[in-house]
Amino acid sequence: MKLLRDTWLIFQRQALLLLRNPVWILVGVFQPVMYLLLFAPLLKPALGVRTNAEAYEIFVPGLLVLLAIFGGLFQGFGLIAELRAGVIERSRVTPVSRLALLLGRSLRDTVSLLSQAVIITLLALAFDLRVVLGNLLLAYLMLALISLMTSAMSYGVALAVKSEDVLAPLMNTVAQPVLLLSGILLPLTFAPGWLQGVADWNPFSWAVDGTRALFRGDLGAPAVWQGLVIMAVLAVAAVTWAARLFARSVR
Amino acid sequence: MIETRGLRKSFTTRQGAVEAVRGVDLTIDEGEIFGFLGPNGAGKTTTLRMLATLIEPDGGSAVIAGADLRTSPGEVRRRIGYVAQGGATWDDSTAREELVLQARLYGISKAEARTRAARVLDGFQLAGYADRKCKTYSGGQRRRVDIALGIIHDPRVVFLDEPTTGLDPQSRAHMWDEIRRLRAEGITIFITTHYLDEADALCDRVSIMDNGEIVASGTPAALKREISGDVVRVGVASPALAAEALGSAPFVNKLETHEDSIRLYVDDGASAIPLVLRALDAAAVPLGTIELHRPSLDDVFLTRTGRSLRES
Ligand SMILES: Nc1ncnc2c1ncn2[C@@H]1O[C@H](COP(=O)(O)OP(=O)(O)OP(=O)(O)O)[C@@H](O)[C@H]1O
Ligand SMILES: [Mg+2]
Repeated sequence: MKLLRDTWLIFQRQALLLLRNPVWILVGVFQPVMYLLLFAPLLKPALGVRTNAEAYEIFVPGLLVLLAIFGGLFQGFGLIAELRAGVIERSRVTPVSRLALLLGRSLRDTVSLLSQAVIITLLALAFDLRVVLGNLLLAYLMLALISLMTSAMSYGVALAVKSEDVLAPLMNTVAQPVLLLSGILLPLTFAPGWLQGVADWNPFSWAVDGTRALFRGDLGAPAVWQGLVIMAVLAVAAVTWAARLFARSVR
Repeated sequence: MIETRGLRKSFTTRQGAVEAVRGVDLTIDEGEIFGFLGPNGAGKTTTLRMLATLIEPDGGSAVIAGADLRTSPGEVRRRIGYVAQGGATWDDSTAREELVLQARLYGISKAEARTRAARVLDGFQLAGYADRKCKTYSGGQRRRVDIALGIIHDPRVVFLDEPTTGLDPQSRAHMWDEIRRLRAEGITIFITTHYLDEADALCDRVSIMDNGEIVASGTPAALKREISGDVVRVGVASPALAAEALGSAPFVNKLETHEDSIRLYVDDGASAIPLVLRALDAAAVPLGTIELHRPSLDDVFLTRTGRSLRES
C-alpha cells in the first residue's frame, strides 16, 4: 500500500539522520537518567511513601509522560530547518502521500521516545520498581499516542508559523500550564479542589493518571481506558490537521 | 508541452495584497529550453511554483505534458521535475542518499533507484563525492545535485529556478552544458534567470517578465531584431564638431550628442564604422574611442518597460 510504503521511506530517512547525530542520544538519555538519580530520591519523603519502589511507581510514569510531551512539542524546530533547506518543497513536488510526510516523521519521534522510555524503565528496575509486562506495554501505548499527538501538533504549528522565533515562545506557553496542571511531576492528590477541577480539563492529566494506574498494576482503573481513548482521539485529530498543512503549506 | 492561459496569483501580506502574477499566457514546445527572464520580484518563482503544483493559482488554466494542472495535479507531479531557487539538499545527507530517496518518493523500486542514482551521479560528474555529506560540497557541486534530483525520475519537463545564480563563470558554463545535455535527452526545460547572457546564449525562446506580466516573447534573435539597428558610440573631445561631420550622413538614422561622445543609431554597425571613421578623418576631428553596441535583451526590456534590467 502506497501510504505504508511512503511512510516507511520517510521514517527510514528521518531515523537514519537521527542516528547519525550522536549528541541527540547523549542528551536524550542523559537527562532523564539525571532525573532518576538526582530528583527521585527527594520524592520518598515528599510523597510520604514507605519504600523507594513506591516512590518510583509514582515518579517514573510521570517522568515518561513528561518526556513524551516535551520530546514531541519541540520536533517542529527540525521541520523548520527542513523547510528552509527546501527539503519539504522537494518532497511536495513528488506524488508522495502527504500523510506519509507527517506520519514518517511523527513515528520516528515516537520510536525514539519509546527507546528512551525502555532505557529509563530498565534503570528504574534497578531501583526496585516492579511492573507487570502487559501493563507496561499498555503504558508504552499511552506514551506512543502522546508523543504522536504532540509531535504532529508541533509539526503543524511549525508549518503554520514557519519561524523558530514564533515556535519557541508558542510551545513554551503551551507546555508550561500543561506541565503544571497535569500532576506530572507530583500527583495532584493533595492539591486544593479548584486546582484538581482545572486539571480535569487538561487531557494530559488523564494520561498521567492512566499511566500511573498501569504502573501501580491497577489495570481495571477507569483512568486507564479513559486516558487511552482521550489520547487516541487527540492523536488522530492532530495527525489529520498537520497532514492537511503538509498538503497545503506555502514555501 | 506547456500551455498556460491567464495564470494569476496574489498573496495577502500584512501590507496588503501583492499581485505576484497577473495573467500569464505561455506556450512552450516539446524539447526546447525556454527561458523566463525578469528582475527580482517579477513573479518568475511564483509562476513556476504554480506550474509545479506547489501553490494553487487564483485563476487561469495550464496543461503540462498533457495533464491539467487544476483537475489532475497528481498526474502533473508524476510528469515534471522541479528544482527550487534555494536548493533542496540536506546538510547531513549524501548526494547518493538524496537521489535514492527522491527516486523512491516517485514510486521507483529500491534497486532501480540505486541504479538511476549511480547513472545520474556519473552523468553530472558527481560520482567522486557522491558519498560525502552535502554540506561539504562546493556551491556548483551542490547545485548539480539539485538538478540531478529534479530529473532522477525521467520527467518530460523540468523547471529550473535560477539554476546558475551564485555560481562562478566556470561552473555556470558547466551548468549550461548540463542543461543542453538534458535537452539532447529530450527533456523540455523551463528555466528562470535574471542574467541577460544566459537567456541569450542558452535559451531557444524566452519570455521577459516584469511586475507579474509578460512583456515580450520570442527567440532571443527575433526579440533583438525588433529593436531596430545598432548603436555606434564615438568618444570625441568635441562632440559638436563630430556631430556636424556626421549629422547629414545618409546611413545615420538618428544622432545624439553627449558630453564627451556622440551616439549614432544605424541599421548595421559593422558597415557603418568604416564610414564613420572616414567622415571624421575628412573633417579632421580627432577620434577618442569607438564602440559598437548591438541590441541586447536589456534593450528589449528597456523599450518595453522604460527601465533597464540591470538597474532593477
Ligand atoms: N509567499 C509569499 N507571500 C507573500 N508575497 C510573496 C510570496 N511569494 C512571493 N511573493 C511576492 O510576489 C512577488 C513575486 O515574487 P517571485 O518570488 O515570484 O519573484 P521572482 O521573479 O522569482 O524574483 P527573484 O528573481 O528575486 O527570485 C514579489 O513581490 C514577492 O514579494
Ligand atoms: Mg525567484
